[in-house]
Amino acid sequence: MEKTKPSAFKRFMSGYGIVIITGLLIGAAAVALSKLGNPANMGFCIACFLRDIAGASKLHTAGVVQYFRPEIVGLVLGAFVWSLIKREWKPTGGSSPITRFFIGAFVMIGALVFLGCPLRMVIRIGGGDLNALVGLLGFIVGILVGVIPLRMGFSLNRAYKQSAVEGLIFPIILSALFALSLTTKLFASSETGPGSKHAYWLIALVIALVVGALCQQSRLCMAGGIRDVVLFKDFRLISGFAAIIVAVLVGNLIFNGGVKFGMQSQPIAHSDGWMNFLGMTVVGFGSALLGGCPLRQLILTGEGNTDSGITVLGYIAGAAFAHNFGLAGKADGVNEAGEFVRGGASQNALYVLIAALVIFVLIAIFNTKRQKA
Amino acid sequence: MIDARGLSCPMPVLMVQREVKKNQPKTIEVLVDNMTAVGNITRFAASQHYEVRYEEKAGDYRMTLWK
Repeated sequence: MEKTKPSAFKRFMSGYGIVIITGLLIGAAAVALSKLGNPANMGFCIACFLRDIAGASKLHTAGVVQYFRPEIVGLVLGAFVWSLIKREWKPTGGSSPITRFFIGAFVMIGALVFLGCPLRMVIRIGGGDLNALVGLLGFIVGILVGVIPLRMGFSLNRAYKQSAVEGLIFPIILSALFALSLTTKLFASSETGPGSKHAYWLIALVIALVVGALCQQSRLCMAGGIRDVVLFKDFRLISGFAAIIVAVLVGNLIFNGGVKFGMQSQPIAHSDGWMNFLGMTVVGFGSALLGGCPLRQLILTGEGNTDSGITVLGYIAGAAFAHNFGLAGKADGVNEAGEFVRGGASQNALYVLIAALVIFVLIAIFNTKRQKA
Repeated sequence: MIDARGLSCPMPVLMVQREVKKNQPKTIEVLVDNMTAVGNITRFAASQHYEVRYEEKAGDYRMTLWK
């Protein structure tokens, strides 16, 4: 019989300690990766990097966002190896996989309207991008709405044990494709734009391996942070959220000569408030239904959770749709005359976001079994 | 016995929370299949002043919460 009554230090480390350390290291890693070549305020971005991998695989042809991002591979493999070491690697699946795929696709479209996943949202806040605060507001609203069906008994049903092959296939194929991207010219690679900006692949891979292991250990989750505060008054996960902001802020102050707070012309961001808000509302609502943010889904995939693997494939499909159908947000910029041009997202993107919210409500209704009072 | 095996986060801890709110039992038995759920339930139980112990059996974790 194992008791969960360890020492105070061990309790702190298994509670707040590991989450805060993970948050601080992610923040530091994000600043370092941007310094080493990744786009500004994009040291880590699960949505952007999966979008880049979708582009590299020619699932979309937006020439400026195509690159097989080592960070994604590192996060999955880091979680995979660490869960093996801890004997927590466990192939499971079968919990409404198709529903998860589509929720994932819509979450990705929402994230690409905003131009970032919840992790990049936090990194953007630390970088002084106040549009990300509007996104955060939308994200919180989305989670608050998503918590309602959770309280009422919503569930995407049980997952069951799967074969080892089922759990291994995602990390193995991802690694094989990554190796091909390094050794052949099969995959597309941007020559201009965000896709062309990246740290040296080995450095990015190693940093992401460490971050992946830390996230597996700490269960860090951007959506879970807010959800746990609302549901259980548990501030553990949200402390990681805050730690990332602090680390990015301090990192930028030290290594990038300061932080420029503002809304207009922030790096790879637009200042269309409503689209930032709505995009992240979709991400928050969808992530609450999925049980975790895009970062968490990647980590769970590494742990052998094939439902999360399907969700990640949904993210990739969503990214392809977002770019093939002109739904992704367009960053603020300047025209040839040097005048400010406000970015934003298309009318179609607005319709898709509204459709996503309606679909999420229907998914929530049809998967909620009312609890007996 | 609450069987929360195969349910994704945060269902297992929500089921325990519901049971605590509804019946305020002296003892709760919970069956989960991952350490995330064990951690979440342990933290929630502590916040409700329950003692917790668990044992692993064939990949599942049988938790006992008591006051």
